[in-house]
Amino acid sequence: MPQHIEAQYQEILNEYVKKQTEQNLYVGQNFSRQLILENISPEEVISMHKAAIGELYSDLPDVVWHSFDFLIEMMINYGLALQERQSLLKRQEELKVEMDLAANVQETLLKTKLPSLDGLDIGLLSIPAKKMNGDYIYFVSDYDGYAGVAVADVIGKGLPAALCMSMIKFGMDSLNSSHALPKDVLGVINRIVEKSVDDSMFVSMFYANYDAGAARLTYGSAGHEPAILYRAGSGEFSELEAKGLLLGVSPAAVYEEHSVILEKGDMVIMMTDGVTEGRTEEGFIERDVIYKLIEQKKTEPAQAIVQHVYDELERMQNAELQDDFTLVVYKKG
Amino acid sequence: MNIQVNLTENDNKLKGDIHGEIDAHTAPVLREKLEAYQAKEGLNAELDLSGVDYMDSTGLGVFVAFYKSINAKGGHLKLTGLSSRLKRLFDITGLGDIMDIEAAVGKGGN
Repeated sequence: MPQHIEAQYQEILNEYVKKQTEQNLYVGQNFSRQLILENISPEEVISMHKAAIGELYSDLPDVVWHSFDFLIEMMINYGLALQERQSLLKRQEELKVEMDLAANVQETLLKTKLPSLDGLDIGLLSIPAKKMNGDYIYFVSDYDGYAGVAVADVIGKGLPAALCMSMIKFGMDSLNSSHALPKDVLGVINRIVEKSVDDSMFVSMFYANYDAGAARLTYGSAGHEPAILYRAGSGEFSELEAKGLLLGVSPAAVYEEHSVILEKGDMVIMMTDGVTEGRTEEGFIERDVIYKLIEQKKTEPAQAIVQHVYDELERMQNAELQDDFTLVVYKKG
Repeated sequence: MNIQVNLTENDNKLKGDIHGEIDAHTAPVLREKLEAYQAKEGLNAELDLSGVDYMDSTGLGVFVAFYKSINAKGGHLKLTGLSSRLKRLFDITGLGDIMDIEAAVGKGGN
């Protein structure tokens, strides 16, 4: 125990004993924070107290001194608990650094490149609610007029979900073709996920393949939120439904696929449930709200549309999105 | 952050009802309670979800895990009292086709 601390304590204590003012108490409170910073244990504080009282009032009865000795013994375990807490805090700090590193690795590993196709304008926004994103977007493009897109949501969070995503990515890479059909892609990934992950982790995934030459979008869904189709001609919205079980539940699952031909100005809006499951104080954000937001910006580039939807939904939820948010817009130019 | 899970088992029949919200915060509570029964052979479980106001995909994960484990042991899981919102969640995910679920009467389950 540094001597200056002991001297300071004695002085502060003496002031308080003489006059029990708020001010004197406040000085003591501040001093206790300094003691914590200096790693002074509770039992040391009591020893210090005993020594200070001894100097100030040497004629106190023995019973007082014995009681301090007893109190010091009582406090030793508190001191140990404090030490443990400090080492946990340090460990937590280290884990945080590791998580940051892992999040960076995930970002690099899962990077995807927006395809560039004639007559197709793509907007994309994916914002994680926490450090690790449980949503996953992957584009497959061979520069031959086809572009595949996978929008996936891993149910289960954190590190295991991130590892699961890498598995999806490598599954997609193994198919290695932008021509691959949704039912085949979903079937392959389903078998990979079913074999490899534990019982409480599943993936929902929407897969679409766009053929720019024919302006045809072929899509399939594995238990994913239906994509939205906007028809510029009629100004109407509809859901692109496709039956299919979540990935990883049953190896026997089979997946449907359907096609739509896109006309000029038509849009396909793909998303995760972080977009549709938003809640405000009044209740859930209904799909109509999302339709309205898209309509407000329908003449703008795809990226401006996704940004607008995000900004508005975030505003409605007081800037507190509970879930990862991913939105992709394919707009036929 | 509130959930209430009441489970009673009698003669390998598990009856239960769940109230509140099932999301990332509360799902671990539900999972822990259900896990106590999932190793039983031929368990017949029926859970009433009519008191569930909200469920997200984490909650869905808990039921699927429970469904998978008791199915693997020759048991059966039935979920009843699903609100239209919950029913939609099961339908979208394709789980409505493989799991035994029943919409709440008068809650617009169709």
